[in-house]
Amino acid sequence: MHISSHVRPDLVTGGKTLHDVTEDISRHVESKPNPRWLIAFGLSVLLLGYGLYNVYKTVWFGIGMWGLNKTVGWAWDITNFVWWVGIGHAGTLISAILLLFRQKWRTSINRAAEAMTIFAVLCAASFILEHMGRPWLAYWPLPLPNAFGSLWVNFNSPLVWDVFAISTYLSVSVVFWYIGMIPDLATIRDRATNKISKIVYGSLSFGWTGGAKDWSRYESVSLILAGLSTPLVLSVHTIVSFDFATSVIPGWHTTIFPPYFVAGAIFSGFAMVLTLMLITRAVYKLEDYITLEHIETMNKIIILTGSIVGVAYITEFFIAWYSGVEYEAYAFINRATGPYWWAYWSMMTCNVISPQLLWIRKLRRNIAATFIISIIVNIGMWFERFVIIVTSLHRDYLPSSWAMFFPTSVDVGDYLNSFGLFFTLFFLFAKFLPVINMAEVKGILKSSQKHHEKAYSKKSESAHV
Amino acid sequence: MSNSKNFVVGVFDDEDVLMHAIDEVRGAGVKIHEVYSPYPIHGIDDALGYKRSRLPRAAFMFGITGTTCALTLMIWTMGFDWPMNIGGKHNIPLPDFIPISFELTVLFAAFGMVGTFLTASNLFPWSKPVIFDERITDDKFVMAIDLGKNAKSKEELRQLLSANGASEVNEKEV
Repeated sequence: MHISSHVRPDLVTGGKTLHDVTEDISRHVESKPNPRWLIAFGLSVLLLGYGLYNVYKTVWFGIGMWGLNKTVGWAWDITNFVWWVGIGHAGTLISAILLLFRQKWRTSINRAAEAMTIFAVLCAASFILEHMGRPWLAYWPLPLPNAFGSLWVNFNSPLVWDVFAISTYLSVSVVFWYIGMIPDLATIRDRATNKISKIVYGSLSFGWTGGAKDWSRYESVSLILAGLSTPLVLSVHTIVSFDFATSVIPGWHTTIFPPYFVAGAIFSGFAMVLTLMLITRAVYKLEDYITLEHIETMNKIIILTGSIVGVAYITEFFIAWYSGVEYEAYAFINRATGPYWWAYWSMMTCNVISPQLLWIRKLRRNIAATFIISIIVNIGMWFERFVIIVTSLHRDYLPSSWAMFFPTSVDVGDYLNSFGLFFTLFFLFAKFLPVINMAEVKGILKSSQKHHEKAYSKKSESAHV
Repeated sequence: MSNSKNFVVGVFDDEDVLMHAIDEVRGAGVKIHEVYSPYPIHGIDDALGYKRSRLPRAAFMFGITGTTCALTLMIWTMGFDWPMNIGGKHNIPLPDFIPISFELTVLFAAFGMVGTFLTASNLFPWSKPVIFDERITDDKFVMAIDLGKNAKSKEELRQLLSANGASEVNEKEV
């Protein structure tokens, strides 16, 4: 017998039929780009162009173009890298972990969240390439036979682990995303009226027919990919945190880093999903698919992960004192009260205090409030990485080498480059590919509506009595 | 065309009607070519008598291949091909090998399994699919029956499908 809670409202509202779902989502792929899209896309490309000019300067003249100095050797490059990788965690979390937990609300948001993940990881990768200084030698961390008498990479190094983790994560995420999109691409192929889209979507959809045997295989592939991606997504930010945690820098050398980084990643990832989905929802009029329930559920995850992050900040501070290590204690006192106090307190306000506002149901279900908090959270998460990296480095063991970090215009330009790249890719995705997983939404449509009818008839019965 | 096959194609509007029809049609001793739907239907494998997919086993085999490759590479390079003294640590520090072993396990399992799936279902950019009805990927459920593989006549099959709730019954030559 199927037992379902009567408290949970419908996942898709507006009494949509299967055909409505196809229409509502495919329409945006089939229609001509609207002027608002063209403007937004044009601005992204301009931003990317300006960014690429700065990347050119970085590569041509070297990373001396950045504000780095002898003391602060990692700054915005690594801050931006960790920030983007963190954002790139929500997509796989939504599609993998929520699939394993049978959270059906994921179906409306997983496609866009996964796309966002891939683009965010690409942005992160761009900072690694720039940070290398000589990106044409980017293959050096790979264990390839080489001209130095087969001197191999050092597999003890977390930086090498990171190469494997990020590239595995990126490629597996792309596969997961694409496999999930094949049935929807077939929908667009079957609806295509002009020859070019028939050919393009025909080959993109890999000849999908929707046969029961294929669906059965598709489902077992999705389930296993989810099972593989769940530990993968947790491992990626764990390994990113090892880049810091395995060092001996006070402020970095802490065992709390892996869970703390993972929670922070999910926190910022969900915030970014909300920012983008609220815009997509409004522009594409997807209010029936991405309902207030979805927004509220995501906000609840933001409270949870935001609170974990808050507890981690406080624990870190406590342990710095409790460990009795002078340098560790100084690093933390310096974070909160030193020259970078403003960065520390911005981080605390944005990440610890602002998500707590979401305990109020009204704010959780308010689109404007959610949108603002999602942006504040991402600003806070950027500051978190900046605080961890720059404030731990800027005052090292010798006071004579204490320094400050001041970003240059190229630092800013490289950061803008990642935004340009991210939004250019996201807008292309939103125009040419189905932003919502139609097949999965269709799969939950009936159970959702049946339940609606049942609940309705029950209500009218009791009213009759 | 001697190689062409003739199909009777039943189009259904609803998943429950389709599921019922599958049982009835199979009960009447008819061999179903394939059933097509816009989304995966729960329990349709059992109704059609399909065996469980062996993809999980393939994934496992690819996964352990990945683990083996990773460990072999790391143990060989660091322990035998070019041993180095890194802070007096062991030349084969197994705990340090965990992250990369894990990543390559996942990488091999994911790519291997997806490759197997695409090959088994013949899903490639150049594949030419047989589409019984273009509305399958929209909102229709379709049951295709190969006339050549069934003793029943075309008329009998058409009647069987209509009697079991098919909203349309078409014919298709492939």
